[in-house]
Amino acid sequence: MTAIEMKPPVLTVGPLAWVRKNLFSTWYNVALTLLAIGLLYALLKPAWLWATTEARWGVIEANLSLFMIGLYPREQVWRIWLTVFMLAGLIGFSWGVWKIAARGFALIALGAGAAFVLISLYFQWDVWTQWLVADFILLVFYFIGLRLRRGVLFATLGWLLYFPIVFLLVSGSKYIASLPPVPSNLWSGLLLTLLLTIVGNFGALPLGILLALGRRSKLPIIRYFSIGFIELIRGVPLVTILYMASVLLPYFLPIDVRPDNVARAMIGLIIFEAAYQAENVRGGLQAIDRGQYEAAQALGLSGAQTTILIILPQALRAVIPALFNSFISLFKDTSLVAIIALFDVVRISRSILAQTEWLGTHREVFLFAFIIYWAFNLAFTYGSRRMEEALGVGKR
Amino acid sequence: MSDNNNSQEIIVCRDVHKWFDNFHVLKGINLTVQKGEVIVVFGPSGSGKSTFIRCINRLEEHQKGQIIVDGVELTNDIRDIEAIRSEVGMVFQQFNLFPHLTVIQNITLAPSWVRRTPKDVSRELAMQLLNRVGIPEQAEKYPAQLSGGQQQRVAIARALAMQPKIMLFDEPTSALDPEMIKEVLDVMIELAKSGMTIVAVTHEMGFARAVANRMIFFDKGEIVEQGAPEQIFDNPQSDRTKLFLSQILRH
Repeated sequence: MTAIEMKPPVLTVGPLAWVRKNLFSTWYNVALTLLAIGLLYALLKPAWLWATTEARWGVIEANLSLFMIGLYPREQVWRIWLTVFMLAGLIGFSWGVWKIAARGFALIALGAGAAFVLISLYFQWDVWTQWLVADFILLVFYFIGLRLRRGVLFATLGWLLYFPIVFLLVSGSKYIASLPPVPSNLWSGLLLTLLLTIVGNFGALPLGILLALGRRSKLPIIRYFSIGFIELIRGVPLVTILYMASVLLPYFLPIDVRPDNVARAMIGLIIFEAAYQAENVRGGLQAIDRGQYEAAQALGLSGAQTTILIILPQALRAVIPALFNSFISLFKDTSLVAIIALFDVVRISRSILAQTEWLGTHREVFLFAFIIYWAFNLAFTYGSRRMEEALGVGKR
Repeated sequence: MSDNNNSQEIIVCRDVHKWFDNFHVLKGINLTVQKGEVIVVFGPSGSGKSTFIRCINRLEEHQKGQIIVDGVELTNDIRDIEAIRSEVGMVFQQFNLFPHLTVIQNITLAPSWVRRTPKDVSRELAMQLLNRVGIPEQAEKYPAQLSGGQQQRVAIARALAMQPKIMLFDEPTSALDPEMIKEVLDVMIELAKSGMTIVAVTHEMGFARAVANRMIFFDKGEIVEQGAPEQIFDNPQSDRTKLFLSQILRH
């Protein structure tokens, strides 16, 4: 008997069918749906009324640059824009080189740039040109990435060089006339939050990988050191590590290399995050079959080659969700640096509230800080999810 | 060891013992393999046959006795071990392909990193080997996209890419579906006929009859009996050999 292709029965597809199936299928489902709609209305109506009539959103607009770059000298802002443009170029280039794996992040960046252009035009801020330029650079480098040979090499080099260059651009140097030093106590706002997140994570990952490998080492001294380090750091709150880094670190180092407050916070965050990333990576290492080591050994690969070429690529890919999860955690945890007198997004928000003309605007200011964190994490989650999907295809 | 350098003896085992904790797995194995010989090792599970061939490239360490491969005694000197391992190819029961690399990358990896072979040379050799094992069209796929028989043939090509002097097979067809066993055995038979020195742990008696020079019956950590296939099949001496053969040849 040959199968006959039939049209699906009426009302099993389309939005109406979805609503009926998911919201009104049974009497208690109907009750739950109505209850949820009622609750949402009760909650959102006053919030909406407040947001549209009572709220003084002027506090955000007046202090927007304070939120973004804090006390960073306004005549040096071009340096921050330069880092944004370079980032746009790198993201576009990576999109062209790695295609689908980087596409999620690229689309998010492109969309965010476009949104900032529209928002800036609406409020008649003059930064809309910069965001337009950023999007333009992203697209230009996408096409360069598509065409260029050895793109993977250039993209990898680009990302590796990007972070030192950003650091140099932001901090400046007394040896470069066009980049006068900007003391780190002026780095603040979202700029500081992002710098801490990026330095913390990218410093912690290599250290975490080394600790994870060390924890499985055959050499007892390395193994016990790694276990001791990981368990010690995981056993105490981040706040105490930040205090330690801020207060104790200077005593252990010679006077002429005493790091400033921001550098101390970065060291504290790296140490803290490394312990967690080590455990994430260890999970990946444990998932690798013994046969993989044996096959590599049987081919004559050395121990280091086996680890770098065979084991780590598989182990790291297996734990990408966990690595990204820790990344997001650290992004939010950077708000704790306020306790060692650094002005991240949250601390800047509080200082804005101290301005006499904006007294009583707590709700507006903290809602905005909330939105900043949430928007970044939403974008990041979307990009990393797309990356996980792309990397999983046909490879396991 | 100087007496081995000029001879054709490529593997020499003298009184090899091994223990897993207190369990005595290998109880004094003596075996000499000539260059170009094809040897089939068989015996009940747990008899130590897999452990024994894993000692030949030191995936397992022996604790007493001597193993000399291609004139080099296996000791704890890791440089010697890595040199020997690059001369001895191994094929595993579970294939153990690298899942994050394509077929061609699996094959070219060791030549590139261990032998420092230029990329185009190792690629060309890999394509020749894929032709030899009959799956050149799968070069750019990932292992998970291949059938078991195809994966095992890639594993053979990967081992051959190092141009080894000896090939070890550790139950290469035991994890395969019945219809895929033949395609792997055909490759192994072709390899045996090309003059490669082979030590294979397998219960594929058809393979043994077709190409083995010598069969070795392992039981309880000892070599119970060895001889040419005709002799083992038609006139086994030991009762243990007779019993085991009657069990696996019954069907």
